[in-house]
Amino acid sequence: MEKRVRFRSLTLPWLLLAPQLAVIAIFFFWPAGQALLQSLQMQDAFGTSTEFVGLENFRRLFGDELYIESFQTTAVFALLVACCGIGLALLIAVFADRVLRGAALYKTLLVWPYAVAPAVAGVLWLFMFAPSIGMVSFWLRASGFDWNHLLNPNHAMALIVMAAVWKQISYNFLFFLAGLQSIPKSLIEAAAIDGAGPWRRFWTIVFPLLSPTTFFLLVINIVYAFFETFAIVDAATQGGPGKATSILVYKVYYDGFKGMDLGSSAAQSVVLMAIVIALTVVQFRYVEKKVQY
Amino acid sequence: MVERRPGLTVLTHLVLIVAVLVVAFPVYVTFVASTQTAEQIVQAPMSLVPGDQLVHNYVAVITGADRGPGSAAPVGRMMWVSLVSALVIAIGKIVISLLSAFAIVYFRFPFRNLFFWAIFVTLMLPVEVRIAPTYQVVSDLGMLNTYAGLTVPLIASATATFLFRQFFLTVPDELAEAARIDGAGPMRFFWDVLLPLSRTSIAALFVIQFIYGWNQYLWPLLVTTDENMYPVVMGIKRMIAGGDAVNEWNLVMATAILAMLPPALVVLVMQKWFVKGLVETEK
Repeated sequence: MEKRVRFRSLTLPWLLLAPQLAVIAIFFFWPAGQALLQSLQMQDAFGTSTEFVGLENFRRLFGDELYIESFQTTAVFALLVACCGIGLALLIAVFADRVLRGAALYKTLLVWPYAVAPAVAGVLWLFMFAPSIGMVSFWLRASGFDWNHLLNPNHAMALIVMAAVWKQISYNFLFFLAGLQSIPKSLIEAAAIDGAGPWRRFWTIVFPLLSPTTFFLLVINIVYAFFETFAIVDAATQGGPGKATSILVYKVYYDGFKGMDLGSSAAQSVVLMAIVIALTVVQFRYVEKKVQY
Repeated sequence: MVERRPGLTVLTHLVLIVAVLVVAFPVYVTFVASTQTAEQIVQAPMSLVPGDQLVHNYVAVITGADRGPGSAAPVGRMMWVSLVSALVIAIGKIVISLLSAFAIVYFRFPFRNLFFWAIFVTLMLPVEVRIAPTYQVVSDLGMLNTYAGLTVPLIASATATFLFRQFFLTVPDELAEAARIDGAGPMRFFWDVLLPLSRTSIAALFVIQFIYGWNQYLWPLLVTTDENMYPVVMGIKRMIAGGDAVNEWNLVMATAILAMLPPALVVLVMQKWFVKGLVETEK
């Protein structure tokens, strides 16, 4: 789409664009280029000499069991976060859409976790599940379940999944609610007249019509789990026990800033960029086409 | 509702009430913990009734007095740093995006599409994937431990530019024509016509970007080493010294409540715009 009416000026558009371009050139393209360059180089431990090594960093990376494990951890984590988050949000949204009285109140009460910082979410859940003082871990122990996310990798994973889902649920909920409200009531009514009950109507009409929203949320939730959950992991488990919850973003940070292995960290950054680009392309291609029946 | 089913209506409210309670429970526990003494919290299970230390804990946290292990920086200062950064990020993003969207929609100039795509590509480069090189740039520019270092690298936003571009494209051409016939220059048109029309989008974006700025964690973790420049979200993490029992959980939890309050208020007060903006920006 183009405007028919335009203003004429040689310098003004450049001046208007200048601030945006300056920021993206200095803080986006330059560092991204550096990451690409560094991923092809290797530095000694003191940073005194740099050597061009081609794809060696990548070869080492994919030969590294820890990295492959981190990939698997991230995949499991992202899948759990996306599925639990979307499933629960859909359930709540479907019921919220039915409510006649108090709908606005329920919505308000469910919206605010969006405002909670991931790091704070991590601390809150850590506090509830802390093995010695947490109240939920106490209840679990009282009912015979020995919770200890400091020792048990599965418990640690469950903890960060719960915190991540809790933080993301209001976002998913708002999108589902908007999607549900845009479904024409006449369709539902026609089905009801034909004798379809609520359960049947949901699976044959509502759910298929929601599929674009669901797909969109699936991509967004995976991106969220991949990149924005760093703070949750850092606050709740620090990647532990062992490396059980060390997701890719956490590993980039850890290797680059704690381990000081810049070449490997840069190579990991490049891999992550490739993943984001792939996800964005998928999102744009399929969301445009609309998944529908 | 299509038909009357009392059973289903009861179930509906039941599910929603349970959902609201589950969602609110962590925050309730946090609040209760922030009103007790450190000793009361450590006896598992802690009581679920608010204690009487509310004023004491919050005063201690905000002024930074009376602290055990972990960082003892005053949270009042951290809140200020967070507020300034969040405002600079939100307003800065809106301003530079408005200007660049205006340039892209209302002017024709060489490489216009190239720039549009250059901005678009930044969508794909979240801070998380380019931390090390961006850190180097910021440190070379001497911006560590400054507000500029905390905010400027996060200010470029493809999302906001897109939203404004979409919106400007829907503004009728007649308005620009009329402005031109009346002799108004481009900037005059921008100020007097375009800006007032974009008020709703600006408000919506402000909420989203304010929360984005306030909740930053990884970036401040890298560029601040001075307690005076800690934003509150990151400061909380620094207060947890390690080990369950040694932390003064009551103070950590009071800080958590303080860190949640401003963005939650912004969301609740501006809920209508926020929901509209959220659903529109992402689609």
